[in-house]
Amino acid sequence: MAKENFLTSSIGKKLVVGLTGLFLISFLVVHVGINSTILLNDNGETFNTAAHFMSHNWVIRVMEIGLLLGIIAHIFMTLKLHFENKSKRPVGYAVIDGKANSKWYSRSMTLLGTLLLIFLVIHMADFWLHTKKALYITHENENSYLEVKEAMQNPLLLVIYIAGFFSLGFHLLHGFPSAFQTLGLNHKKYTPIIKAAGTAFSIIVPGLFAAIAVALFFGLV
Amino acid sequence: MEHTTINLTLKVWRQKNASDKGSFQTYNVKGISTEMSFLEMFDVLNEQLIAEGKDEPIAFDHDCREGICGMCSMYINGRPHGPWHGTTTCQLHMRAFKDGETVVVEPWRARAFPVIRDLVVDRRAFDRIIQAGGYISVNTGNAVDANAIPINKKDADNAFAAASCIGCGACVAACKNSSAMLFVSAKVSQLALLPQGGPERQTRVLDMVAQMDKEGFGSCTNTGACEAECPKEISLENIARLNREFTAASLASEE
Amino acid sequence: MAINSKIPAGDLEKKWEDYKGHVKLVNPANKRNLEIIIVGTGLAGASAAASLGELGYKVKVFCFQDSPRRAHSIAAQGGINAAKNYQNDGDSVFRLFYDTIKGGDYRAREANVHRLAEVSANIIDQCVAQGVPFAREYGGLLSNRSFGGTQVQRTFYAAGQTGQQLLLGAYSALERQVALGNVTQYTRHEMLDVVKIDGKARGIIARDLVSGKLERHFGHAVLLCTGGYGNVFYLSTNAMGSNVTAAWKAHKQGAFFGNPCFTQIHPTCIPVSGDHQSKLTLMSESLRNDGRIWVPKKQGDNRKPTDIPEEERDYYLERRYPAFGNLVPRDVASRAAKERCDAGYGVGASKMAVYLDYAAAIERYGKIEAGKQGLDNVSKDKIIEMGKEVVKEKYGNLFDMYAKITGENPYEVPMRIYPAVHYTMGGLWVDYELMTTVEGLYALGEANFSDHGANRLGASALMQGLADGYFVIPYTIGNYLADEIRTKSMPTDHEAFVEAENKVNARIQQLMNIKGTKSVESFHKRLGKIMWDKCGMARNAEGLQEAIAEIQALKKEFWSDVKIPGSINEFNPELDKAGRVADFIELGELMCKDALDRNESCGGHFREESQTEEGEALRDDENYKYVAAWEFVGESDWKLNKEELIYENIKIAARSYK
Repeated sequence: MAKENFLTSSIGKKLVVGLTGLFLISFLVVHVGINSTILLNDNGETFNTAAHFMSHNWVIRVMEIGLLLGIIAHIFMTLKLHFENKSKRPVGYAVIDGKANSKWYSRSMTLLGTLLLIFLVIHMADFWLHTKKALYITHENENSYLEVKEAMQNPLLLVIYIAGFFSLGFHLLHGFPSAFQTLGLNHKKYTPIIKAAGTAFSIIVPGLFAAIAVALFFGLV
Repeated sequence: MEHTTINLTLKVWRQKNASDKGSFQTYNVKGISTEMSFLEMFDVLNEQLIAEGKDEPIAFDHDCREGICGMCSMYINGRPHGPWHGTTTCQLHMRAFKDGETVVVEPWRARAFPVIRDLVVDRRAFDRIIQAGGYISVNTGNAVDANAIPINKKDADNAFAAASCIGCGACVAACKNSSAMLFVSAKVSQLALLPQGGPERQTRVLDMVAQMDKEGFGSCTNTGACEAECPKEISLENIARLNREFTAASLASEE
Repeated sequence: MAINSKIPAGDLEKKWEDYKGHVKLVNPANKRNLEIIIVGTGLAGASAAASLGELGYKVKVFCFQDSPRRAHSIAAQGGINAAKNYQNDGDSVFRLFYDTIKGGDYRAREANVHRLAEVSANIIDQCVAQGVPFAREYGGLLSNRSFGGTQVQRTFYAAGQTGQQLLLGAYSALERQVALGNVTQYTRHEMLDVVKIDGKARGIIARDLVSGKLERHFGHAVLLCTGGYGNVFYLSTNAMGSNVTAAWKAHKQGAFFGNPCFTQIHPTCIPVSGDHQSKLTLMSESLRNDGRIWVPKKQGDNRKPTDIPEEERDYYLERRYPAFGNLVPRDVASRAAKERCDAGYGVGASKMAVYLDYAAAIERYGKIEAGKQGLDNVSKDKIIEMGKEVVKEKYGNLFDMYAKITGENPYEVPMRIYPAVHYTMGGLWVDYELMTTVEGLYALGEANFSDHGANRLGASALMQGLADGYFVIPYTIGNYLADEIRTKSMPTDHEAFVEAENKVNARIQQLMNIKGTKSVESFHKRLGKIMWDKCGMARNAEGLQEAIAEIQALKKEFWSDVKIPGSINEFNPELDKAGRVADFIELGELMCKDALDRNESCGGHFREESQTEEGEALRDDENYKYVAAWEFVGESDWKLNKEELIYENIKIAARSYK
């Protein structure tokens, strides 16, 4: 029997999605952790220190490349799977009662992911590009906190961000436990814990991001 | 049980053969006893069609009509095997429907399950997956005494739960990706949980997944639709086990 | 033609061993050149195909379903017997042999049944090795349960799905041989005739049910593993597709039909709910272990069962058969239910049902559970609740099935049950080697007239199917094929194939050209009604004679007025069904003829003329201790050949369960 290449097998591809997903989740922890320092209401002092550390530490900068590769791999594999999977049902159903057997967000991961991607592009254009420009081109000593605060005064941007956080929340709600399932980690005792943790994570992390954005908009911090 | 009769409008997929394009046809059935099974309602409709002589009777797969052979396969109102949980089409009864309701009936839809006629599809891909490795290689007469290997009751029970798969294909039909992971994982799990399956454990999972992919089934995105629609309520734990077995076997493989 | 059962000489216990020691063998190089056709993929067919493929024969296997795994063996619920004596309760090969002969009311062949008992233990070993997940105890060893008609616990089981697990085991072994190239598998194919060359079976004509095309297949031998013919009654626990066609074609080609009237009516089935009914569903015999069967003492009592007080209930099995009570064999329990319903005591809307009540069992289990948990002063409600839990664990899947079909909750109200056709002990007559009266043509499993005599015990059908396929045919077929090694594969343009195909084709054309007014289904229903009313649980000469006349008339009408839509060269289930119903009609006539000829009551065959004063079955060993092997002579014309049954190891006695 001809063996398949692991990475081109259906399960191998899913494993890439799961692993990169978990990697991206770990990044979110760092990101939300740093952003939350804004809520300390210290005029962005802690935040700026952390931001400076993140942009100047070489370990983090290497990680950043890893992160970028992770995002690319995640997006590439999920889109590949999406189109491959679509092709497996050339004639579709006239009626589908999806809610009877699964959650809408589980069925809409590609859509949620695409929304996230759009959000990410806007987000990167706003901050990441800016930071990199300051770091490598203009060599300004920027105040990230002020920058964020300024940007968040734009109501349109706030709406986009809130929408982005919703996409993130639902994307995580499925993605978090799903990654464990793909890794083969399903256990009568532990899976309910993983699921609960996933739900909590999907609410708390995007919730914190949103809280910060709202707080900045209304000038609470 | 209170016995009542209902009238229904049926929209049924009609397709003369594999190369025909196919379309929906609408039929009215009257005076359907709520005691009937869904397939008996189709029997009534077919008798009606034969009597009228306009349309040919509707072809559909069915055999045991007691929920175990796995032959019946109708996609009813957007769900494989219809609205009742853990129930095959043949065990679905007309009590599940309201008078005047419109019921849409389609065949299983998947590239790997081409339509043969009307609601009948070709599921031989499942046989080929089993041929790839869904067995223990023991020739007749080679067995040791049945009690020679004690098996932990929990493993035996879990193996049995996985083995209760009837191979109907509802998992594929329910899955938005037309994935056959639940079917494959049930067989892989059954044999991985039992010591008898040990010697071929790694080659089995590699070969079966390779065949599954070759047949044109999609990949699993963990929506859980298969488990929710499986008439035998096969658990998603089996898919996790398949993922585990496959990954471990791939890493250990020398090829 | 005289029939020779080829029973080996010698002591009963040594016959099979001696046979195996002296049987002719085929060397591996020759096996590769010998082709075997197997029709049917149930327990017998799949196990035979797998085993013969393993031996190196070139095997072709056919089934009408979309996959071999769908064969109706899959629906067997309760279990499989084997003389393992794991329970240390005194079981042995002899006891299994004895119980089977006695259960069959002394109408089975000693040598075959003994062989069956001998190989029974190997079956369990083989299945476990294949990964069949039988129920186990906490210590990890296999569990057993008891079944009707025996006093030992020898039934192995996998919840209520034993048949499914055994079939999937055999199916996986078969698929392995397909993968290895030893077996070629033809699904959605139906055998429509046996091809005979110089008196020997040399192949079949099969129809591809998807394209409608006829195909010719050569084989040095042909094995029919096509199951029983209970669907002649229209309503039965058989699958919708189960049919007699393959066996019937073989019969018309010279294979004798053994004991066609021996039909098993299973006592615990869900009753008919209306004219729409297409099949009947069995509730496992294991339910009689705990359930109590009753009807009201008053005729036509329309009260709800729960409103009928204890003293107004008639637990008629316990009353009539105090020694065995609710656990009398199937034939006895079925007749007793019919007797009560016919006398006007039946229940439910149709009045053709009796109650199977779990209230007492629920209470009993609840009390045991309370005792186990050390609870005192438990309220009645709590006891009932705990009892329901226990019952659910033991029989939950069956109760769920009942609830789905009837819409009633069996935990709250008694289940309604009524007997239904379940199994046919009759079938193609075979000798000790499982060969029919046509050389090179074999019949295995339920398709042969079998080892069950006039009544099969529970959990014995699975045993017989697998015994035939795994452990008997691999030896006996060699004895025939050893002399065939010089026979080259014959090209299928041989005139015998051409002629057979033309005949099959002509019949299909004839069917399609009738263009009558009545559906195939309507004829099948009418046939079923005649059979059930006059050749069912109770039979008498007058009724059987009427039935024969009615069936002959029905046959005429069928061949002049049946309406088959569609065309030949397409997927056309109505055409498939028409061919099967035409064969059932002919078989029905033979069954009535056989039932008429056998003027005694034995096992599942109850002749009203032959009963005791108390209404119990009365056997006539003087005149009917034989297998009726019917030879097809011509239309509605059969010749009776008798195989005398000789009992050297068992003393024949009347069966009593009082």
